[in-house]
Amino acid sequence: MKTNYMGMDISRREALRRGLCGAAALSLAGRTGSALADVAAQPMASAAKVKAKSVIQVFLWGGMSHNDTWDPKPEAGYEYMGEFAKAIPTNVNGIQLGMLFPELAKQTDKFSLIRSMTHRNNGHETAAYLMQTGHAPGERISYPSIGAVFALFKKPSYKGIIPPYVVLTQPQGRFSEEGFLGPLYKPFATGSDPNAQRFEVEGVVARGITDDRQKSRRDLLGKMNTFGSQVADTPAVSAAEEAKKQAYALILGEGRDVFDLSKEKDALRDRYGRNTFGQDCLAARRMVEAGVPYVVINYPGGWDTHSNHFATMRRQCPNLDQGLAALLADLQERGLLETTIVWCSGEFGRGPKIDWQPPWNGGRNHYGNVFSVLVAGGGFKGGHIVGESDAKGEEVKTRPVYPVDLLGSIYQLAGIDARARLPHPMGAEAYVLPPPSDKVKSGGLLTEIM
Amino acid sequence: MMKKELALAVVVLTFTAWAAPVKTNRTTSATSPAKSTATKPAPAKPSSTKTVTPPPPVQAAYKAKVEGSPFESAEPARAENQIDQLVFNKLATLGLKPVLCTDAVFIRRAFLDVIGTVPTAQEAREFILDTDKNKRRKLIDKLLERDEFADYWSMRWGDILRIKAEFPVNLWPNAAQAYHRWLRAALAENKRYDVFARELLTSSGSNFRVGPVNFYRAIQNRTPDGIAGAVALILMGARMDAWPKDRAAGLTAFFSQVGYKPTNEWKEDIVFWDPLKASTLPVNIAPGRAALLPPPPSKEANTNTNVVVVATLPTNSPPLEAMFPDGAKVQLSPDTDPREVFANWLINDQNPWFKRAIVNRVWYWLMGRGIIHEPDDIRPDNPPSNQALLVYLESELVSGRYDLKRLYRLILNSRTYQLSSIPHGKHPQAEANFAWYPLRRLDAEVLIDSINKITGATDLYTSPIPEPFTYIPEGKPAVAIADGSITSPFLALFGRSARATGMENERNNKPVPAQWLHLLNSSHIQRKLEQGPTLRKIFESGRKPEETAEELYLAILARFPTGDEMRNLEMMTSAGPAAAKGNYMKRRENWIDAAWALINSTEFLYRH
Repeated sequence: MKTNYMGMDISRREALRRGLCGAAALSLAGRTGSALADVAAQPMASAAKVKAKSVIQVFLWGGMSHNDTWDPKPEAGYEYMGEFAKAIPTNVNGIQLGMLFPELAKQTDKFSLIRSMTHRNNGHETAAYLMQTGHAPGERISYPSIGAVFALFKKPSYKGIIPPYVVLTQPQGRFSEEGFLGPLYKPFATGSDPNAQRFEVEGVVARGITDDRQKSRRDLLGKMNTFGSQVADTPAVSAAEEAKKQAYALILGEGRDVFDLSKEKDALRDRYGRNTFGQDCLAARRMVEAGVPYVVINYPGGWDTHSNHFATMRRQCPNLDQGLAALLADLQERGLLETTIVWCSGEFGRGPKIDWQPPWNGGRNHYGNVFSVLVAGGGFKGGHIVGESDAKGEEVKTRPVYPVDLLGSIYQLAGIDARARLPHPMGAEAYVLPPPSDKVKSGGLLTEIM
Repeated sequence: MMKKELALAVVVLTFTAWAAPVKTNRTTSATSPAKSTATKPAPAKPSSTKTVTPPPPVQAAYKAKVEGSPFESAEPARAENQIDQLVFNKLATLGLKPVLCTDAVFIRRAFLDVIGTVPTAQEAREFILDTDKNKRRKLIDKLLERDEFADYWSMRWGDILRIKAEFPVNLWPNAAQAYHRWLRAALAENKRYDVFARELLTSSGSNFRVGPVNFYRAIQNRTPDGIAGAVALILMGARMDAWPKDRAAGLTAFFSQVGYKPTNEWKEDIVFWDPLKASTLPVNIAPGRAALLPPPPSKEANTNTNVVVVATLPTNSPPLEAMFPDGAKVQLSPDTDPREVFANWLINDQNPWFKRAIVNRVWYWLMGRGIIHEPDDIRPDNPPSNQALLVYLESELVSGRYDLKRLYRLILNSRTYQLSSIPHGKHPQAEANFAWYPLRRLDAEVLIDSINKITGATDLYTSPIPEPFTYIPEGKPAVAIADGSITSPFLALFGRSARATGMENERNNKPVPAQWLHLLNSSHIQRKLEQGPTLRKIFESGRKPEETAEELYLAILARFPTGDEMRNLEMMTSAGPAAAKGNYMKRRENWIDAAWALINSTEFLYRH
């Protein structure tokens, strides 16, 4: 029976020898976590070259206009610039910003701007997927976002209490950040509002529950776990107890202090801006200080300004300007900017030509042909401009930068091999970024600012 | 014999006995101290202080309705049916002695395993107090006929059939719903498994109208090779990539003529037998083109007449040769759909692949572990832990004419299924031989449904595919969601299957700290505990504290509290020193904390 089982005689060893089990083996490994060990064993950039320990990604979902912000075109005329026809000088000679960014203008030496970002995709979901995975949408597998890839690769080295991939405050919802890596690689979404009296991070800080009650609950749970105490030795239950201990290290231990913004001086909190985005930035800095590898700030409110564009820009840009400028300056003052990449972008820009027709009445629509991205720290030089758009901000003029170029540069600075294979549950061939054989468009890594 | 032993597990008391000394006690031996094991019985009267333990404060002592262990029955485990003979014999050779679970453990387990939800307090109370010696058998029969049965098993099958509208490919919402409708109806009417499998394998037609054709669409790699892999995994419990190359290629040939043809309905496909590859011709794959062609065939008819009209490919190619997984070769004739040829081979009383895969899978679903384990990794060098048991179940499936509920009934009524989950004795092969019922954390959907049932709260389930977003009416349980893309943050966090692979182990019940953060301390759960109307009713009913505690235990854990547990609660509720007398809010807060602790207990979080 064993040698000729159901009419098939093949031993596991023979199957392995013939290389038939590769996919099955990988799929098993993907489930048990041993694939993580494989990933960790992948050739990595030598430690000396690893410049970035952490990343803060400010995601301007909805897509922020480039003309009105970081690629101003004062000469383009009213049809293109509307009421924002002014550019302002910065602390770097020859670099100008849109008129709504006076604070960033004082910190321009700390960041560089890519003004020739392009992927020509105008759908929110597909463009967001492209910008955060580097892979073309519409393939049969759904890739993990860069944050999930960081969580995977940093898992062996990162031992902090806070999860490795955190989103302030809401997940994106319209694209699955963890992709095929599965729920363990989902970002931890804080929920709540860091600008509130108390930043009630979901699961960490519970409203109306004092520390005393929290502790008495924990005691009660210990006492009332009649069944649990009889099966405490089983592997399933002891693993769960270990996870519970880690959770309590966040709830009642030092972990939650990271989220306690009241530990910062009032003056510093003011400098970041007393609004959700400003305090998101401050919370992100505290997490990076605690070693968290990847933090996303999902811009509250979004930038999908088809209509009511100018009023929205006037309301949101000052917060973005203040928060981002304070973040860069604060990171620099604490010596963290050298090891922390900050990048800020939407999934695309917005149409350079304003749509004055109803129902838009002066709005800007989705635009992926060319847009701007801010990058700073972690090995990226400040005070430079990469590429340029044409006179009206409609097309790339020089040095196109594609998503693979941007993400590839971030991976390189963080010591993650972009050619490494990812553990797909079905054993499908999947790499951090598309391999050269896929012939995806590339303008090359951002070596001019690395 | 049986009557006496069953009675041992529970001392039946009337509710008026709360503060009073024991009034009725239908069993004479129940108070015998020799029988008590894990939990000491509460003293019968406050005055009978034989121990040094101080009497409980203020309230008269709670007379526990539980004698002995709340989890393990004192009745010895004797073989009830053939399954037990085969399993207990094996356990005897390993030196392991099986221990039965109590009625309270049984009702919760049976509810969770058969209909994917916990019993209500009322259902638990009635069952535990019922003195009918056939009550377990009767409960099994009742559960198998409940509506939730079809919902819950559609969820399990949906995982392996991969029912999910995926961005940006594969099944789209209409098709996912059609697939689920067919599946749920089949399970509700207890469709014979051989008929069920044949419909999956051989159906043709629109993916919006003929549910089972989605079997051929819910595959990531929709090549003949990818289809063959899915057929092997789902219907043969095997991973084709571990097969010899010729066997894999042989199986693949049967699925080399499956065609997909779009219609002018967005995302609609006609799945059909397409020997001439008509669906690959450019004119046929243009969206909307189908409207210009003769109408699509009805679901019963073969489609080759339609195809011939438009196909221009040469028809003189050599006949295709295929090989069955047992090595027998077959010449495929040009006038028969090869899927039919394969189905005729597979779905056959004599074919071990077919019956073995399904009985092993059902066993895995109910017992937490396959006789061949993993249940979808059947291969020569992964032998069953109990060959005779597997063969017996196969023969029962065939003699029962592929009636799956009959198979469920057989397993559920065995003493093997009704063993305690607390490990006794150590042997490396104990688990593989079903020495005790394995602990398994509640599946994501079942966990949130149970919490909602207990508290009376609801959850919102949505899908962003496609726009406009899908919202499921509040109050619908998570197990009844048709489409895997319709979800909530809770379901994702607790490892619901992503339905990407069709493998059983895609459901991930491994504990991670973020899950504990959510259960222990999230506003989502806290809100249910504070505002859930069902739970609130328990706290605010004006019952005596002991009655409230009892109701809480029945609602959350489906059992009566033990004397020790009641004393724990007394310490913290109205009678305890920590509570400010007359401060209602304070007391309510204490009750919420008690409910919180029970919901976070191992006993609640696990199938046990």
